[in-house]
Amino acid sequence: MITVENLTKRFGEVTAVENLTFKVEEGEVFGFLGPNGAGKTTTIRMLCCLISKTSGEARIGDYQIGKGTDSLQIRKMIGLVPDNVGLYSDLSAFENLDFYGKLYECPEMLRRENIERFLKMLGLWDRKDARVGSFSKGMKQKLALARSLVHEPKMLFMDEPTANLDPESAKMVRDFILELKKQGRTIFLNTHNLDEAQRICDRIGILKTKLLTIGSPEQLRESLTRPKTEIRLAQVNEALVSALKKLIPNKINVSGDKLIIDVTDPDKENPTIIAAITLNGGQVREVTQLVPTLEDVYLQIVKETE
Amino acid sequence: MRISKAWIVATKDMRVFIRKRYTVYSLVLFPLIVGVGLPLVLRFAGARHGGLSSARLPIIMNAFSFFYLIGAATLPTVLASYSLVGEKIEKSLEPLLAAPITDSELLVGKSIAAFIPPVAAIYISSIVFMVLANLVTHNTLGYSYFPNWTIGLILLLLAPLSAILSIEWSVIVSSRASDPRAAQMQGLFIVLPIAAIYVASEVGAISLDIKTLFIISGVILAADIILFFFSTKSFQREEILTKWT
Repeated sequence: MITVENLTKRFGEVTAVENLTFKVEEGEVFGFLGPNGAGKTTTIRMLCCLISKTSGEARIGDYQIGKGTDSLQIRKMIGLVPDNVGLYSDLSAFENLDFYGKLYECPEMLRRENIERFLKMLGLWDRKDARVGSFSKGMKQKLALARSLVHEPKMLFMDEPTANLDPESAKMVRDFILELKKQGRTIFLNTHNLDEAQRICDRIGILKTKLLTIGSPEQLRESLTRPKTEIRLAQVNEALVSALKKLIPNKINVSGDKLIIDVTDPDKENPTIIAAITLNGGQVREVTQLVPTLEDVYLQIVKETE
Repeated sequence: MRISKAWIVATKDMRVFIRKRYTVYSLVLFPLIVGVGLPLVLRFAGARHGGLSSARLPIIMNAFSFFYLIGAATLPTVLASYSLVGEKIEKSLEPLLAAPITDSELLVGKSIAAFIPPVAAIYISSIVFMVLANLVTHNTLGYSYFPNWTIGLILLLLAPLSAILSIEWSVIVSSRASDPRAAQMQGLFIVLPIAAIYVASEVGAISLDIKTLFIISGVILAADIILFFFSTKSFQREEILTKWT
């Protein structure tokens, strides 16, 4: 559905995005992770035909970005939730959605049905005639989501939709995105929130001007970080650690009363490690298998590029 | 270009204008002062000496008619500035530009929104002005002075051309302003040449006869065409998104 090949954007001397190549399949939720200034918003803006590309190619469905008439077709088939909600505060919730529905050439009956449906889904129907200026941040964000859906786009681009929201509103927005995922919509999501990416996205791309890596959250975790076993002891002393280092080849880190040991196959290695500890007089209190998080992967990858 | 798309933008903007106290005041006050205030001036000026003479009245009434031209150049700047800089303040340019609308449809929509309310207000006010002015001067002149060719040309030709000029200028200054008031202040510079024409007529340097009004119309039309080129150039999607916001 989205095909990107060597996409590059330069603003004068500054390269915002360099040689991006990836694909997003229909019905997939694709997340873009990256630090501030990594080029996430620039990428969304190029794909939504808001700014031009410097070089490379990108296609949304059958249409090519940067090609005159195709741009209008692309804008018709997508919905955008920008990082700033950009609603008209002097208009009501209904008027905001109605304006965009008309711009997207959504027939009146369908437009009214969709406005009602989405406002009800997002718990805003009771406030449909209230001025948006009186809405909270969370309500505005939900309204921006409804705006992006009023014309029933095949594909949604969301630029940090939960940024600056309180945990409750963020959860509601996240749940709504998951609901859209169930409906089979293709979603391109820019986020800073690693937990959100892990829970929502089918695949994740980590961006820092260049695309550093791409894969499912599980693939990224497995390919880039090794599992660790955390063993809490009654007491850790240097003699025990040196004895262990001689007995087992694994990398051992000490943190207070804990030993954090890199393992390849926990099921096979953990019994050997525990046996080695007890053999050297160590008293095991707790054994925990540490599963690397997406945050570990992200930090490792970003750190490697610095 | 699809005018229906431009009209959607225009109606949305007009809906926003009527909810902003400042724009409503601007649209009501000037036409009210000119439409009602100036006939009162005609009624009470020189009242101690039997009122204005029939020889002076037509000169003064023509000069007063010119106020509508000044209004046509001034009022659209208020709306155009709100329409354009308001989008910047609301940060609504990104979703708007992501919609299937062309730059020209957006620009025309915003121009219609800034054009119709002030020109309508000026027309309504001019009808009130003409009726009241005729009422208070009929006894002295012995006939109804309005409507005449001068005010007809001012209202039907010069005022729309000046309003367009004002909107185009506002588009250009709004691209660099981050506050509607600042954009308005810069936008009001467009009224200076028109005010200069008024002053020139008052000091007798030019006479506001039909021929002169046609010449002024020609000059404003030429300026409209030149500013159209510059305003459309400053109203490009990428330019708006990367430099306006």
